[in-house]
Amino acid sequence: MSEFLLDPTAELAPAKRQLIPRLQSLKGATIGLLDISKPRGKEFLDEIENLLLDEGAEVNRYIKPTFARIAPRQLNQRISVECDAVIEGLAD
Amino acid sequence: MEQQKHNYSLVVKKDCPTCALIEPVIKQLSDIFNNSLTIYVQDDPSFPESVTDKIDDSSLEFSYKQNIEIVPTLIRSSDGLDEQARIFGWDKSQWQEFTGIENLGANLVDFKPGCGSKTQDPGMTEVLTLRFDTDRLQARKIELAESEDIMEVCFERGWSDGLPLVPPTPLRVTRMLSSTDCSADEIVGSVPPDNRPCTIEKIAINAVMAGCKPDYLQVVIAALKAALKDEFCMHGLLCTTYFSTPVMIVNGPITKQIGMNSGVNALGQGNRANATIGRALQLIVRNVGGGIPGGIDRATLGNPGKYTFCFCEDESDAKWPSLSMDRGYTREDSVINLFAGSGVQPFVDQQSRHPESLVKNLANSLRSVANTRSFGMADAIIVISPEHRRVLRESDWTKPNLKQALYDELKTPGADIIRGKDGIAEGMPAKFKDILLNKFRDDGLHIVGAGGKAGMFSAIISGWLASGEKGSQLVSQQIN
Repeated sequence: MSEFLLDPTAELAPAKRQLIPRLQSLKGATIGLLDISKPRGKEFLDEIENLLLDEGAEVNRYIKPTFARIAPRQLNQRISVECDAVIEGLAD
Repeated sequence: MEQQKHNYSLVVKKDCPTCALIEPVIKQLSDIFNNSLTIYVQDDPSFPESVTDKIDDSSLEFSYKQNIEIVPTLIRSSDGLDEQARIFGWDKSQWQEFTGIENLGANLVDFKPGCGSKTQDPGMTEVLTLRFDTDRLQARKIELAESEDIMEVCFERGWSDGLPLVPPTPLRVTRMLSSTDCSADEIVGSVPPDNRPCTIEKIAINAVMAGCKPDYLQVVIAALKAALKDEFCMHGLLCTTYFSTPVMIVNGPITKQIGMNSGVNALGQGNRANATIGRALQLIVRNVGGGIPGGIDRATLGNPGKYTFCFCEDESDAKWPSLSMDRGYTREDSVINLFAGSGVQPFVDQQSRHPESLVKNLANSLRSVANTRSFGMADAIIVISPEHRRVLRESDWTKPNLKQALYDELKTPGADIIRGKDGIAEGMPAKFKDILLNKFRDDGLHIVGAGGKAGMFSAIISGWLASGEKGSQLVSQQIN
């Protein structure tokens, strides 16, 4: 049986978790590109990087040790403090 | 004359010796009344074995809705099922008269008291309230996925002050609400900064999360009412870059009833009531009001009291007027006082044996509230310990003497503390240079007794720089 908690807030936010606000512009934003270690991910993300640089964004590159496992916590934490947004290359 | 037709309901449980005793009676009633009798069994519907038609009431719905307190209970209803009368326990002559069956249970003892209904088991009232009064709780229900850790959910939803919370399950909230006569949907006021209406139910949810026992709820409700008084200025207090936050001081009989601490380590950790009442108010402001650090709460440094800062006064000395008595209440009133306060500054005096010496030393320490040149700005509370009160008592001084002597001692020529004096840029504006200044506003210095019996230490809780009518004043609220 499902467990329930009662909402302690004024219920201004929706019950389901929301996405964080979208970036208004890429200019000056730092975008992380996460290669999940699938084949050809690097080439794909190289192209994305060029497009982002053309838009005036800064780009940080990251790589997961293996696509089979979730990203290490330290990597998630690094991306969250170093980037305004992240693009993840999910498949080959 | 034709006898009026009756319906009967019998509530029993197997785990009741009286119900077991009257099994032959139940069989006799069943045979005679037949379809007019409905038997409800609270625990094991195989009981009584001699009767075939029984209703399993292990959900206790019938028992709860009929307010069954004792088993066996026999209810007589009219044809339209309106209850006319009920009897409970076993009293042979009473049952014979009630049913009109002269030989009912003729072979049994005359009398045997019943047992408690399962609806009366400890904690069961709230379980059944939750199960069958489904409209009582109005707060949105957050459904957890099976993979979610209930403790982590409370953090992830942003409900926590940084410490673990007691998950606010419907049952815990129902138990919390059982301690108040207030309706769950009663609105206490609008909580800043978002000015959202706060119901008793929302207070109860946050009190659960803070770790309160149901007994504390009335104090938490009063704390919120105090915080919402206009003169307390909760909105500004939350938004300020300054350190301050609500400091809660409780007076009166309630402090002993719920086991608050005014003695050893009164301002410290270790007492559930002190700790959780203070935390509950903070959580209400956070969750209902939307007062989030880094959001609307712009404190430069804050202070540890923003987790919780609540204690009660030591009222053991009948000659020492309590804080709430200073505010016009009697010693029999239970009252919560809220002060916009910051951290605790120690005051040490192990040498003074006369009030005059103690006052001069204490006045010197009080000068440093905010800074030594800030006059008429931040209020303060002195938490005076038993040993320092002894020094006063031995010279027949009480609180009004102490307060007046401190005001006198702290009067300072403006020229001594104006900006630029002695090469220090900070200070009072130059326009005060020819005026004798008071360190505290007329109603800006409060004195509270608390602390362990050993130690010639008292405490200064300095107030918000924006004390007084321009910002926050100490407020009091009676606890109902």
